[in-house]
Amino acid sequence: MENVSVSVKDLSLSFGAVTVLDTLNLDIKDGEFLVLLGSSGCGKSTLLNCIAGLLDVSDGQIFIKNKNVTWEEPKDRGIGMVFQSYALYPQMSVEKNLSFGLQVAKVEKTEIDRRITRAAEILQIQPLLKRKPAELSGGQRQRVAIGRALVRDVDVFLFDEPLSNLDAKLRSELRVEIKRLHQSLKNTMIYVTHDQIEALTLADRIAVMKSGVIQQLADPMTIYNAPENLFVAGFIGSPSMNFFRGELQLRDGRAFVHANGVDFDVSAYPSRGPFKAGQKVVLGVRPEHVRVDEALDGQPSHQAVVDIEEPMGADNLLWLKLAGQSMSVRIAGQRRYKPGTAVKLSFDMAVASIFDAASENRL
Amino acid sequence: MAGHTRGSGRPNQWLRNLNAKLASIPMILTAVVIFLGGTIWTVVYSFTNSKLLPRLSFVGLDQYERLWAAPRWLMSVQNLAIYGLLSLIFSLAIGFLLAALMDQKIRFENTFRTIMLYPFALSFIVTGLVWQWLLNPEYGIQSVVRSLGWTSFAFDPLYNANIVIYGILIAALWQGTGLVMCLMLAGLRGIDEDIWKAARVDGIPMWKTYVFVIIPMMRGVFITTLVIIASGIVKVYDLVVAQTSGGPGIASEVPAKYVYDYMFQAQNLGQGFAASTMMLITVAIIIVPWAYLEFGGGRKRA
Amino acid sequence: MPEIAAFNAIAAGIEPEAEKVQARATLAGPRGRKPRRALSGRNIMVYGTLIVVALYYLLPLYVMVMTSLKGMPEIRLGNIFAPPLEITFEPWVKAWSSACTGLNCDGLSRGFWNSVRITVPSTLVSIAIASINGYALANWRFKGADLFFTILIVGAFIPYQVMIYPIVIVLREIGLYGSLTGLIIVHTIFGMPILTLLFRNYFAGLPEELFKAARVDGAGFWTIYFRIMLPMSMPIFVVAMILQVTGIWNDFLFGVVFTRPEYYPMTVQLNNIVNSVQGVKEYNVNMAATILTGAVPLFVYFVSGRLFVRGIAAGAVKG
Repeated sequence: MENVSVSVKDLSLSFGAVTVLDTLNLDIKDGEFLVLLGSSGCGKSTLLNCIAGLLDVSDGQIFIKNKNVTWEEPKDRGIGMVFQSYALYPQMSVEKNLSFGLQVAKVEKTEIDRRITRAAEILQIQPLLKRKPAELSGGQRQRVAIGRALVRDVDVFLFDEPLSNLDAKLRSELRVEIKRLHQSLKNTMIYVTHDQIEALTLADRIAVMKSGVIQQLADPMTIYNAPENLFVAGFIGSPSMNFFRGELQLRDGRAFVHANGVDFDVSAYPSRGPFKAGQKVVLGVRPEHVRVDEALDGQPSHQAVVDIEEPMGADNLLWLKLAGQSMSVRIAGQRRYKPGTAVKLSFDMAVASIFDAASENRL
Repeated sequence: MAGHTRGSGRPNQWLRNLNAKLASIPMILTAVVIFLGGTIWTVVYSFTNSKLLPRLSFVGLDQYERLWAAPRWLMSVQNLAIYGLLSLIFSLAIGFLLAALMDQKIRFENTFRTIMLYPFALSFIVTGLVWQWLLNPEYGIQSVVRSLGWTSFAFDPLYNANIVIYGILIAALWQGTGLVMCLMLAGLRGIDEDIWKAARVDGIPMWKTYVFVIIPMMRGVFITTLVIIASGIVKVYDLVVAQTSGGPGIASEVPAKYVYDYMFQAQNLGQGFAASTMMLITVAIIIVPWAYLEFGGGRKRA
Repeated sequence: MPEIAAFNAIAAGIEPEAEKVQARATLAGPRGRKPRRALSGRNIMVYGTLIVVALYYLLPLYVMVMTSLKGMPEIRLGNIFAPPLEITFEPWVKAWSSACTGLNCDGLSRGFWNSVRITVPSTLVSIAIASINGYALANWRFKGADLFFTILIVGAFIPYQVMIYPIVIVLREIGLYGSLTGLIIVHTIFGMPILTLLFRNYFAGLPEELFKAARVDGAGFWTIYFRIMLPMSMPIFVVAMILQVTGIWNDFLFGVVFTRPEYYPMTVQLNNIVNSVQGVKEYNVNMAATILTGAVPLFVYFVSGRLFVRGIAAGAVKG
């Protein structure tokens, strides 16, 4: 309990008949970088707005630094927030933008100056202090928006899709900066995004959300390699994990997933419990866990035909037909295949995922 | 979780958002007391025989019977019907034609727009007086045309009981078509440029594009404009007062003037209330279907 | 032999040029900008119609000005479209300072100042109240707010005649009937639906995150209004101002119903001067008086230009 920074207990929120969040629980450790990841409408921004106090909850409690803030005003929660559209006050200079909240809180002038100087230094926006937001580039604006959270001198930073309005290059630059900021400040940060790259690169832990429910809460590698259910498996990774629907079969002390007339040997799969013969399952294999024309120890190979090739420079993405089903494989960039070529595939089942077809949970 | 730290008590429901509620008091008072209360009050008192002062002695539909038997009221209603119908047709037609002309990527668009819209900045009183002067048979258009040789030319609508309402219509169109043109132009500008490009590639003549593609797309603009014109028509008062004072005789009376005269001059409040209630019903007939179309479907969005 | 070398160079330069001309000739047919005739049939029709229409719209203004600059004898003789033979400003002076309404002969000036005393406070008060209302509706929605707002908007369509008498009673009860204050209240009331709608829509169109950011910064209802919303919304305040100044200045009905004769606004006084039955009709004075009354809204119109259009479009389309 000591080092919990933000704690959400049985939180529910509904607008009329529509339930957006349903008895949601989440504990965020002090200094942790937590990413709320999901597609639009999954409730991730709603959850963040509840934590910020910008939305009234229907039920449940929110604790920040062990203080029940469920009914507190946003300003009294010890949070700073960064918005997608920056939300800089357009008529105020950068400096005024930074000092506005502190003036409202009647912080002493010298203290305000000290904090602004510090924030400007950290974010390297000293030359911009006298400018209006309209005179700044997108990246500069977002820096100022982060600065506005920084000067509040708070324990918890909330980011609501802060990089979504920026172009790809700036986005990756600012991503690194946010990570650096977190490493130097060691504040708790809660970060909402729909971009899985941002989530995987930034997060200490990721909470993958769908329909107001957290599907999986774990560190990025676990989320990527051992997704808890079919939704998380399909949501994370681009191109998406290859799925084969089939049936478990046990023969000669080995386990197979029989799908589309193909027998995948899954004996190497680190299953959580014993396999049941006849169980309907979904086998998931990421594109980079398939070898093309390269034998893998103890794994049988399968015949497939190259359909389309997408060279991406460092990687080459092959779209193949395996027993009539389309699938993708990632290989090294210099290996090229013409459409129509027959290839041999072998699957690395040790890092594959198998889900129960009915419950969609990991086996 | 034992011992909830309820340091800050939940604020009282009434006190939540208190400033917003305080700030809305003028709106709430206006909406409830004046708009709702005032309307109900007038409707209720239209069933009384109030004369100089409002009195609550109910006489049923007496006032309405008297109203619909009064020649002046019947003339008012007839005038409003003619004036309303014609001004709807003409202002929509002229307004759209002008907007279509203005939309031909012409030069001096701003100048033309400024000229067509300036009468809308003028009051009905000013409009009425100007046209009273222009239509003056002794010195105005009629006398100018006569002096050019057509000595039998007759154009004196304001002094001819049969056509006086058209004289008022001319002034009203002069004042209001600029606005309709502006609304229509805004509607035309709101139409995707690609529609025009597609029609041009398909070789559809311009007038056909307007009739079969653009006008159906502007349905919303047309309906809104219609409602604006219509609710303005029902209120027409100043223009008549300035231009003809209801004359010659009672030939250009309108309902709004009937109400005012009975309330504040003839000291016959009951008649005034009954007449104004009839105006309310007229507006309701226009507004309710529109509001239903406009907001009945829009509910889902909210 | 430098001359020959130069000549060769020139010849060499000419040669390909000739080829180019030939190449151009082989690509016969339309080339370059498509010729357009300035006087095409279409242009004649479009501009011709627009010019005729413009003349029709300008005609009354022209006649007004011409008439106001003529003496009465010239008006009786000539035609209204002819420019004055002898320009006189006497009608203007008379209209302003000594035209009669009934027994009262101090001209339109009194009406003008009354209108100023009505328009200025009515505009300021109505905009202040409506902008705060709109802001509360857009950003601080409370239970029931939408119901009141709906009543307000529906009320905008109710003919004034239906609500006039109850307002007379209310004002009489609080002792303001006939006074300027009473009329200012009436203008504020009837301006409220359209202005509230205007401001509500404008504030609702501002990014919501800005409002959220200000709340995280600890700003409350009034701080956000004055420090964030107000400075961002100057254009819409100007639009509202144009709408109100012209609307209130041009009002006739409320002026005649809710004030005593000594407070009559300019429009009422103008009508009384022009349509008074006593005395000889002085058309030149009448027209001068009419122009004077229309001058303020016309001035606002010509100065504000595009914003005026935006104002009426906002007011009309949404209302």
